[in-house]
Amino acid sequence: MQEILQYIFSGITNGAIYAIIAVGFSLLYNSTEIINFAHGEFVMIGALSLVTLWGSFHLPLPLAFVLTIVVVSGTGLLFERFAIRTVKKPDHIVLVIITVGASIFLRGIAMLIWGKDAYSIPPFSSNPPIDIAGARLLIQSIWIIVISLLSVVALYFFYNKTLTGKAIRACAINKKAAWLTGIPSGKMVMLSFVLSIGMGAVAGLIIAPITMCSYDMGTMLGLKGFCAAMLGGLGSLWGALIGGFILGILEAMGVGFVSSSLKDAIAFVLLLLILFIRPGGIIQSKDVQRF
Amino acid sequence: MKPIKPIKKTVAGRFPRDKIYYIFFSLAVILTGLFVSNSYYLQVLTFIGINSILALSLNMLMGYAGQVSLGHAAFYGIGAYTTAILTVHYNLSPWLALPCAIFIAIFVAFLVGIPTLKLTGFYLGMGTLGFGMIVNIIFREWTDLTGGASGFVGIPSLELGPVSFYSMRNYFYLVWAALLLSIIVCKRLVNSRIGRALRSIHDSAHAAEAVGINTRNLKIQVFVLSAAFAALAGFLYAHLVSFISPGSFDFMMSVRIVTMVVIGGMASIWGSLLGASLLTLLPEWLHAFSDFEMVVYGLILMLIMIVLPQGLTKGLIDIYERSKKKDNS
Repeated sequence: MQEILQYIFSGITNGAIYAIIAVGFSLLYNSTEIINFAHGEFVMIGALSLVTLWGSFHLPLPLAFVLTIVVVSGTGLLFERFAIRTVKKPDHIVLVIITVGASIFLRGIAMLIWGKDAYSIPPFSSNPPIDIAGARLLIQSIWIIVISLLSVVALYFFYNKTLTGKAIRACAINKKAAWLTGIPSGKMVMLSFVLSIGMGAVAGLIIAPITMCSYDMGTMLGLKGFCAAMLGGLGSLWGALIGGFILGILEAMGVGFVSSSLKDAIAFVLLLLILFIRPGGIIQSKDVQRF
Repeated sequence: MKPIKPIKKTVAGRFPRDKIYYIFFSLAVILTGLFVSNSYYLQVLTFIGINSILALSLNMLMGYAGQVSLGHAAFYGIGAYTTAILTVHYNLSPWLALPCAIFIAIFVAFLVGIPTLKLTGFYLGMGTLGFGMIVNIIFREWTDLTGGASGFVGIPSLELGPVSFYSMRNYFYLVWAALLLSIIVCKRLVNSRIGRALRSIHDSAHAAEAVGINTRNLKIQVFVLSAAFAALAGFLYAHLVSFISPGSFDFMMSVRIVTMVVIGGMASIWGSLLGASLLTLLPEWLHAFSDFEMVVYGLILMLIMIVLPQGLTKGLIDIYERSKKKDNS
């Protein structure tokens, strides 16, 4: 019992991170139908920026947070402007190769800046872990869960209650029609990129204290976040959240009860299962391409 | 009005032209083997041959039938690991291991293809990505059989009677002979009834079904065929380098194969050769950049796709024709 609770705690912690990464994928897919294979690299840059700004420069934590998100979103903006928008024939497979090229490029840049070493930083607050029914819950886990839930709720309100959010949704439904009603659809696409990559930065921020940060941490995180997005239903905000938590908990259970060598396989087995059984994900999203 | 060319003439004219290409190709390979004596160059050329077989195999699936696979390195790895395990653990002759490797790849492709190929577009890409990742994790974690993350050592080199393929020149000839064979098979297939059916699936699966093509079976068949060629490439790779590790068959390798096909030009057999050559040579050239290697590689990949999204072959032909038009006007 105590063990199960412990696995659930660690599963929820990891799940919250996968959820935030998955939200990033979903946001972007919703408005542009692009799968950004460089997303994991933005998570990595977020984590390493926090290591530098908070760990080395000793800036106050909130300032380091804001600066990191600004830096990463700025990189994302440049990425959209120079690599995505300049494509003459936006074919799916061409965009996939461009984002993979970007991921290699960003990893190379990170290696030049931070080197090949792995860094770690202390948790955000140094309180001792809480004891619940014999299982330990780290304070950092609470930070992670609260920040990720807050981000998703904030996004939900942004998309449903503000004019700009509604404009982005209109572009996602039909770009030309939105443009005809006076919505600057190009800018909305850019904003989607910034939001999606900003979410990646948030994921990087909250994961930094619980893992070793290095230039090559992003790829696996990105792919798993992507699995979570597919699991919940690509393009759905709540789906991404649910998918992330399910993936995190199942992974923790699998590691605890079966074998730690299975850890990475679970995400992809789930991905295949959901594709075969219900390709639209748990929360069935729009157009499922299956006949 | 333009006179319509009789179809018979073009079909009849196609085969001799192809044969001339094959003869030129063989001559070029033989001459290259004779005049290049530097074993480093020969090795790079051999790798180009292996990668060309890989690109060709994926081009059949992606370029002609329009089915994207982001997990093709799995079959490449299955070919390499099968022959490694059979020749080292079971002391089987490599020439017996080759059909086993191809058979296992075909079998896996068949099992995976049935549910996966029902998906289309992005979802197919993601399904094959998941499959590729799982196979890669199996290579990494089944330590008793595959040697795990540290790799598989001591794969014997090939021998055929008195001819030893330990010499780089002989291996070069072997690989390029295999490539020529693959090209001939693919060319014949593409120009046949099946090839036309494949292209019709690419254009519209529904329309293909409407004219009576069994798209489901045909997709599985081409998937299996492409897996078989990839396994052949894996076999050649394993016996060339004698050491394999899971890192050579990961997601990045799958993407590299896709990139070879797209850069070379989708649905272009000679284009696959071009794409494979470029992506094999590029890292060799970039060694000079040492720490900047990754940055430059990513940058070049993005630039090529931004400037020439339809691939080098078609892109260059387009540019040539545009300049010709300008001269005429």
